[in-house]
Amino acid sequence: MCGLLTRCVALHRGFARWRWALSGLVALALAALVLGAPGEVQAGASDTAVEATQPVAGSLAPAVIAPPELTAADYPSITGVNSRVTVWLVAQLHLWFAAFVLAVPIFVFIIEAIGMKTRDKRYDDMAYEFIKISITAYSLTAILGGLLLFSLIVLYPHLFSYLSRVFGESMFYYALLFFAESAALYLYYYGWQWLQGGFRKWLHLTVGLVLNAVGTTLMFLANGWVTFMMSPAGLDPAGMFAGDTWAAMHNYLWNPINLHRFIANIAYGGSIVGAYAAFRFLSATRPEERAHYDWMGYNANFIAILALLPLPFAGYYLAAEIYAYSQQMGITLMGGIFAWLFIIQAVLIGTLFLSANYYLWCGMGRSDGAVRYNRYIKYLAIAIIGSFLVWFTPHTLVLTNEELKALGGPYHKYLGPLGIMPAKNTAVNVMILFTALSFLFYRRSNRIATVAWVKAGNAAQLALYTAGIANLLFLGIYHGYFTNTVYKVAASIPQVMTTLIIIVVSITLDSVMYRGAREVAPLNWGRVPNRAQYALFLLAVAFTWLMGLMGYIRSGIRQHWHVTDVFRDASPDAYTPTLGYAANVVSMGTVLFMVLVIFVFWLSQVSSRKTPNDGFWKAP
Amino acid sequence: MKHFFKVLVFSLLMIGFFAGFSNFGIPEIKPAPPPVQEQLDLDAITPERFIALGEKLFNGKGTCTLCHNAVGGRAPLLDQTAAIAADRLVEARYQGNASDAQGYLVESLLEPSAYVVAGFGKAGSADTISPMPSVTAGSIGLSEVEISAVVAYLQDLAGLEVTVDIPNTAEAEASEPDTQAKAARVALASAEEVITRFACTTCHKLAGEGGDLGPDLSHIGATRDAAYLRRAILDPAADIAAGYPPVMPPTYATEIYAGELELLVAHLASLQ
Repeated sequence: MCGLLTRCVALHRGFARWRWALSGLVALALAALVLGAPGEVQAGASDTAVEATQPVAGSLAPAVIAPPELTAADYPSITGVNSRVTVWLVAQLHLWFAAFVLAVPIFVFIIEAIGMKTRDKRYDDMAYEFIKISITAYSLTAILGGLLLFSLIVLYPHLFSYLSRVFGESMFYYALLFFAESAALYLYYYGWQWLQGGFRKWLHLTVGLVLNAVGTTLMFLANGWVTFMMSPAGLDPAGMFAGDTWAAMHNYLWNPINLHRFIANIAYGGSIVGAYAAFRFLSATRPEERAHYDWMGYNANFIAILALLPLPFAGYYLAAEIYAYSQQMGITLMGGIFAWLFIIQAVLIGTLFLSANYYLWCGMGRSDGAVRYNRYIKYLAIAIIGSFLVWFTPHTLVLTNEELKALGGPYHKYLGPLGIMPAKNTAVNVMILFTALSFLFYRRSNRIATVAWVKAGNAAQLALYTAGIANLLFLGIYHGYFTNTVYKVAASIPQVMTTLIIIVVSITLDSVMYRGAREVAPLNWGRVPNRAQYALFLLAVAFTWLMGLMGYIRSGIRQHWHVTDVFRDASPDAYTPTLGYAANVVSMGTVLFMVLVIFVFWLSQVSSRKTPNDGFWKAP
Repeated sequence: MKHFFKVLVFSLLMIGFFAGFSNFGIPEIKPAPPPVQEQLDLDAITPERFIALGEKLFNGKGTCTLCHNAVGGRAPLLDQTAAIAADRLVEARYQGNASDAQGYLVESLLEPSAYVVAGFGKAGSADTISPMPSVTAGSIGLSEVEISAVVAYLQDLAGLEVTVDIPNTAEAEASEPDTQAKAARVALASAEEVITRFACTTCHKLAGEGGDLGPDLSHIGATRDAAYLRRAILDPAADIAAGYPPVMPPTYATEIYAGELELLVAHLASLQ
C-alpha cells in the first residue's frame, strides 16, 4: 500500500511538472485549429455554401459565412459511441471543473485579502488550502477541455467548422488567455509562501486579481459561443454571417448567462470546497484537525449560501431575457416540454436550501449561547419546507380520464393555484428570507449585545421581517390572482427588491447592534455532529446534479437546431430526449465527477504525507 | 477509508434519489420529433383533408398552441378570429394592407404586428408590436401551402365557409422559396455580377442603360451616401423617390448576401 501511495505521489508530482506542457498542448491545438480553419474544407455537399462564400482574393468584401445544410450522413459515427452523449458528458464534466477552478480563485482572493487586513494567519492558510485543491482540478479542466475540443472535431466537424469560422478570432484570444491564466495561477499558487509580508503580499494579491480577471474573461468568451447558439446575432435575415464577431459574441443572452454563471460558479465552488472540508473533518483523528476543517467547512458553506441567495434572481433574469428574446423559446422552456423539469429543479433547490440551513443549525452547537435560539429553529424549518412545497407544486397535472373526472379538471382545487409563477416567486423569496434569518441567528448565537437599545433593535428586526413577508405575500396574491395573465409576473421585481432590502437592512442593523458585543464563551470549533458534514456533501452533490440538469435545459431549448433558427441539427440525435433519459445522463456525469473530485481531494491529502524511508537511500 | 466509503455510498444514494424522482416521480413526456415538410399530393387532396392538414400544422409544426391556448393566456384564442377578421380591417389599430378577411388571416401569420390584439403586445410597445414570430422563418418555417392550410383550418374552426383555394402541385412548387439553391449559390464577386443577377437595370438606368420604372442610378453616388443606398436596397419602402411608384420588391434583404450588398453599395456610391 505504501509503495502504491509513493508511486501515486510521484505520479502527482510528475503530473504537476507536466501541467505547463499539457496546458500549452491544449492551447496550441485550439490555436492551430482556429488558425487552420479558413483553409479547411470539410467533406460533403453541405459545406459548399460555407466554402463558396469565402472572400475572393483581392476583394475588399468581408467573408460571408452561410450556415451549412446538413444531412444525417454528414455526421461521422464511431461504432459503439453515442456522439451526443459523449459530447454531452465531456462538455458537462469540463463545465463542472471549469466552474470550480474559476470560482475558487475569486473567494481565495477575498479570503487572502481578509487575512491581510486582519493579520489573522488562519485566513491565509485556509485560502492556500483552497487554491491547492483547485490547482489539481485545473489540470483535469484542461484535459477535459481538450477532450471536448477533439470530440467536437471528430463527431460534429461541420458544427465546429462553422463556429470556428464565426468565432475564429475570439478562439485565438481564448488560447492566448489560457496561457495567461495558467501563468497567473501557477505564480499565484507556487509563489504563495515566497510572496509573504508587506509589499510582497500586495504583489501576490495583485497576481490573484489578474488571475481572476483573466479567468472571468475566458468564461465570458466561451459563454459568447454558447449563447450565440441559443440567440444568434450578427447575421443578416438570411442567416449569413458577414464577419462582425463582436456582434455575434454580444448576442441577446450573453450578459444574462455571464451574470448567472458568475454567481453560480461561486456558490458551486463554495459547495465543493465545503465537501472537501467535510471529507477532511470526517477523516481527521486529532481534535485540532477537526476544529480546523470544521472552521473551513463553515466558511465554505457561508460562501455557498452568500452566492446562493442572489442566484434565483439571476436565474429569473435569464429566464425573463429568454422570453424577451423569443416568446416561443420562453414558453418551450417554462410551459412546454421542459415545464416538468422545473419540478425537479424545485426538489434540487429545496435540497440546497435545506442542507445549507441544516448545516447552520447543527453548527449552532459550537456555541454555548445557542440554546437561546434553539426554540426558533423549528419555525424556520417549517417556513422553509412550506416554501419548498409551494415551489414543488405543479400547475397542470398529467392525468388519466378517470383522474380528470374525479378532480374536475387538470388543476387541483386547492393546490392548483400554488402552481403558478407568482406563488413560486413568493415561496422562493420567503425561503431566501428565512435562510437569511438562520444566518442571523447563527451569527447572534455566541454573542450578547451590550447596546442600550437591544429591545428596540429586536422589535425593529421583527417589524422589518413581518412587514417584508406581508409585502411579499400581498404582491404575490394580488398579481397572481387578481390581475390578468400578462401582469402575473409583474410582482417579481418588487418582491426581489423587498427581499434584498430586508436582508441588507437587517444585517446592517444587527451589525450595529452587536458592535462591541460580549462573547458567551469561546466557540468550540470541531463540536459539530458528523451528520452536519453529510449536509455539506449533500450540498455539493445536489449542486453538481442541478448544474447538469440546467445544462441540459439550456442546451435543450434549442431543440433540433445547432444554432437556433439558423443552423439545423440533422444528426440522428436531433430530437429532445425525455427528462428521465437526461436525468440518467446527468447522474452518470455526476458520479464520474464525484469520483474525480474525491480523487482530487485524496491527491491533495497525500501530497503532504511523508513515508519514512530510513535505510532506503545510500549514505552520502 | 471507512469515511471514504460512507461518503461515496451517501453520494450515490442521493444521486440515485434525484435520478429516481426524475424517472418515476414526474410524468415522462416524450417530445415530438423535429417537424418535417408534409409530402402531399395536392392535385388529389380534398378540402376536408386540407383543413385537417391545417389543424395538424396548427397543433404541431406551426407551434400555434404554445401561446394560443386557454391555459397560459399569452395570446388571444383563435377560434373566432376568422369570423371577426373583416371587422378588424376597419379598426384604427389595424396597420396592415389586407383587403379582405382571408387576406387578414394570411397577413396575421406573416406580419403579426399588422394588428395586435389589445393586451397582447410586446412589453413596452403599447400593443403596437406583436411578440409572435413570422411563421415562415426559423424554427417554424411554414411553406405557402401550409399557411393556406392553417387559414383554411381557422375559417373552418370559426364555422365559416372555407374560401382558400387549394394550390395544385405546380403552383406550390413555383411558390416554394428555393432555400437549397440559395444556400448553395456561389457568392458573387463583383458589383456588376450582382447588378446582373438581381436585374437592377430592368427598372433603373445605369450608365444611361436600363428601364425607367425607378430612379436613374447612373450618378446616384453624387446625391446619396452609402447608408442611404443600403437602406434603399434592404427596405425600399423607407423612402420612395418622388415621382416613382413604390414597386421595388422588399425581398432583397433576404436574397442578397451581406458581402454582395456591400459590393453593390460601394459601387453605387462611387457613381458620382
